[in-house]
Amino acid sequence: MIVSSALIIWKGLMCITGSESPVVVVLSESMEPGFQRGDILFLQMSKDPIRTGEIVVFNIQGRDIPIVHRVIEVHEQRQSGEVRILTKGDNNDVDDRMLYAQGQFWLKQEHIMGRAVGFLPYVGWATIIMTEKPIIKYILIGALGLLVITSKD
Amino acid sequence: MHSFGYRANALLTFAVTILALMCAIASLSDNLNTPSPSAQIEILNINWFQKQPHGNDEVSLTLNITADLQSLFTWNTKQLFIFVAAEYETPKNALNQVSLWDAIIPAKEFAKFSIHTSNKYRFIDQGHNLRSKEFNLTLHWHVMPKTGKMFANKIVMSGYRLPEDYR
Repeated sequence: MIVSSALIIWKGLMCITGSESPVVVVLSESMEPGFQRGDILFLQMSKDPIRTGEIVVFNIQGRDIPIVHRVIEVHEQRQSGEVRILTKGDNNDVDDRMLYAQGQFWLKQEHIMGRAVGFLPYVGWATIIMTEKPIIKYILIGALGLLVITSKD
Repeated sequence: MHSFGYRANALLTFAVTILALMCAIASLSDNLNTPSPSAQIEILNINWFQKQPHGNDEVSLTLNITADLQSLFTWNTKQLFIFVAAEYETPKNALNQVSLWDAIIPAKEFAKFSIHTSNKYRFIDQGHNLRSKEFNLTLHWHVMPKTGKMFANKIVMSGYRLPEDYR
């Protein structure tokens, strides 16, 4: 029951929010005290241009962990309508230029996976534990498998 | 149908559903709040205004920021993230927003304040368009809840102008 309802909710969220990964888990402390490790964020991606203050999730080329930081600078070009974005974690002293790819000084709208619009505390710890201690993941899957096999009907 | 496994499963699903519902209701209760924030920003001094070696203008300001944001806090508010951004346009860019200062307000008691500060983050243009530039200073706030939907809004204060020449 839990697994099927979780799957329905996940797919439903993907449709509603228009984003490929509608939920992310906060992995670092760079947005404390607002977001702690283990919180989950609900994302939404609309075509509205990114503005300062929004909390966005983006991927740096060559890294697979998405970064959740706040936008602190926006420059929107008149002719093309393209935006150049600079981000910074609330808890960091410096902006994210150091994190961007070599030679990249700004993010663009296409790098942004989504904006954080809502959040739930603590729920993401299950994902963190399973990623950092994969043995727990195996034990869990093993136990579930056992339950399926041994159930009477 | 009445085994321990089935009962435990049903109970757990029910508990998680109720928890999710409670979080949603907590978040919805934030809509009942009608906030009435106020703010004023004064530029006390232009500390310096220069053109950088690679051509971009940079200015350093001292600001006096006064605000009363107490009405934004609800029982479901964890903190308020506020920041002041300068907004202006240039021939090349339809919009520029540069964050000058930000702060986290952890509780209602701290939400009424008046501070003098120089800009925490550098005010650098993409180019050298800042001489005599008219700009707005906007105080933005983001309400970060204990659980649920985040709100954001702002007060735009216009009428600020940078000096005609570098100093």
